This record gives sequence, structure tokens and C-alpha cells, in this order.
Amino acid sequence: MGFSRYVEVGRVVLINYGPEAGKLATIIDIVDQNKCLIDGPEDITGVSRQVIPYKRIALTDLTVKISRNARSKTLKKAWAEAEIESKWEKTSWAKKLASKKKRANLSDFDRFKVMVAKKQKSAIIAKKMKQLA
Amino acid sequence: MAGARVLGTAGPKKAKKAAATTGKSPRFYPADDVKRPLPSRKSNKNAPYIRPSITPGTVLILLAGRFRGKRVVCLKALESGLILVTGPYKVNGVPLRRVNQAYVIATSTKIDVSGADVASIDDSYFARSESADAEGEEEFFAGDAAKPAVVSDQRKADQKKVDAAILKAVDATPLLKGYLAAKFSLSKNDKPHNMKF
Repeated sequence: MGFSRYVEVGRVVLINYGPEAGKLATIIDIVDQNKCLIDGPEDITGVSRQVIPYKRIALTDLTVKISRNARSKTLKKAWAEAEIESKWEKTSWAKKLASKKKRANLSDFDRFKVMVAKKQKSAIIAKKMKQLA
Repeated sequence: MAGARVLGTAGPKKAKKAAATTGKSPRFYPADDVKRPLPSRKSNKNAPYIRPSITPGTVLILLAGRFRGKRVVCLKALESGLILVTGPYKVNGVPLRRVNQAYVIATSTKIDVSGADVASIDDSYFARSESADAEGEEEFFAGDAAKPAVVSDQRKADQKKVDAAILKAVDATPLLKGYLAAKFSLSKNDKPHNMKF
């Protein structure tokens, strides 16, 4: 049982808690056992350079090739090269977050339409099951 | 001596001016107490406050009363502060009716009701008419047999007219008719304070 996601310079993380909750950032430097320095880069994700404890972040599978304490400009370039944004959108983690957000923002009419769609779907499935039985 | 007095400050106007500039006590105090104006008997009637989320055409969810749970179309706000609402009648059985905005959830769904002419309908439209038969002691002791509500022809005609325009708009959007016909209810895990309407 080994670990695959390491806290390292260049690790892309998702912030779980705090004012920037839900945004991506990159670890630029490690402060100590409990906290690290992160940066958005600010132009791409909106997270400014700051120290954040590990308890507030979740490591993702994605990494960027940067050196310790890279400047925001270098970081931005590295993000573009590694195509982090598109890679992140493709992960099922990101998709789940997006669908949760969508569900939370459904209007009453939207919820009705979802209910109708669910009923239609289960009707099709039930019909097929009856055929197979 | 109570406060230094400045010469040339006698008289009501001069005393006030002197007090303001020098900060010393005035040399003149009026003999009578200051006259207060009599309370006005004018009553200012402003337009009633209606929540900004409730506009003509908004779909509302009724929370209380005979039609609780029904989804209904808002037509306009009346002078009394109540909201004029209709089912439409053919869709969910709610007639032209007044509801209190406190017992209503406004959804974000809007329907175009510009075609409906509701200018003639106001609070007096819904005033109770004097019952022709006088209730004597006989009736009181006979027990309350529920008298069937008689809907006037005028109401039926108005209902038809108003609903015709609204139904056109309702039919334009898919599933909207079924939505208005369905009732709203909470199921398990629904948290109304977290739900967006």
C-alpha cells in the first residue's frame, strides 16, 4: 500500500475550506509539517499566493513542473504547458463537483423536469427488463 | 451668576444668534413654552410593499389554505397588499383568487401574462355580497348544512377570459402545464432553506 499523491512543489491541490474553497492552486513551497505556500496562479484560478495548512487542501493527481518558489509568471506558463485546466475538467472528481453544484442551483421547475426525466428513464428500463424476463 | 451674559443680546432672535456664536447662555427666554404643531389627521397611503421576487407572471407555490401545495401564476398585486393569482383554473383548479404573499414561495419561473387583462379586477371584486336570506333562529337550530358555493357567471366569464391568454403562454413552454398541475411537497432529505426556488 503506497502513496501516489505527494505533497511536493508543483502538486495541484483543491482547496476545501476557507474563503477560496472549491478553487485549484499549486504548491510552490513547503513551510513545515503542517502548512505550505500555494499560488493559483492568481490569473487562472483566482487564488493569491498564501500559506495554507494541509488540513484545508486536498491533493489531486495533477502536477506541474516548476522549481521551488516559482514566480507567478513561470507558474502560469507551466500551467498552460501542462494543460492542467482541461485535464482537471476531464477528471470525474471535477465532474462530480460540477454536477453537485448544478443540483444545488436547480430551480423548482428544473427539479420537476428532472423528476419527469427520471420517470421516463425508469419506464424505458422497466419495459426492457420485462422483455428480457 | 448663571453664565456670563453678552450685551446686546436681548430679544428672541438676537438671543438665539448670540447663543450660537458665543456659546454662552442667552439673555432672553420666551415666556411661554415652545408651541408644538397639532398632530395632522392626514393619512398617507403608500403602495403596499410586495417582495421584489413576486412580479406579474411569476409562478408561486401556495403554502397554506385550501390550495396549499399548488403552483399558481401571479397576475398582479392589489391595493390591499394581497396578490391576485390564478391556476389557471383548467390546469389545477385554482380560480382567480387573492393570496397573502406571506404564505407563498416565489419561484424563479416566469410566464408572460401581458396578454391577460386584469385591470378591472381589484379588491372590491372579491367583496362578500349580502346574503339574500336572513338567518332566523330556525336555521340556527337546524344545524349547519354546507351550502354549496355558488360561483357567479361573471366570475366564470372573467376566469375564462384571463386564463385563455395565460394558457397560450403556458402551452408554449414544454412541461410547464404539467408543472403547474403538479403539487409541491417536501420529501426526505429536502432542506427548504438550502433549496433554490
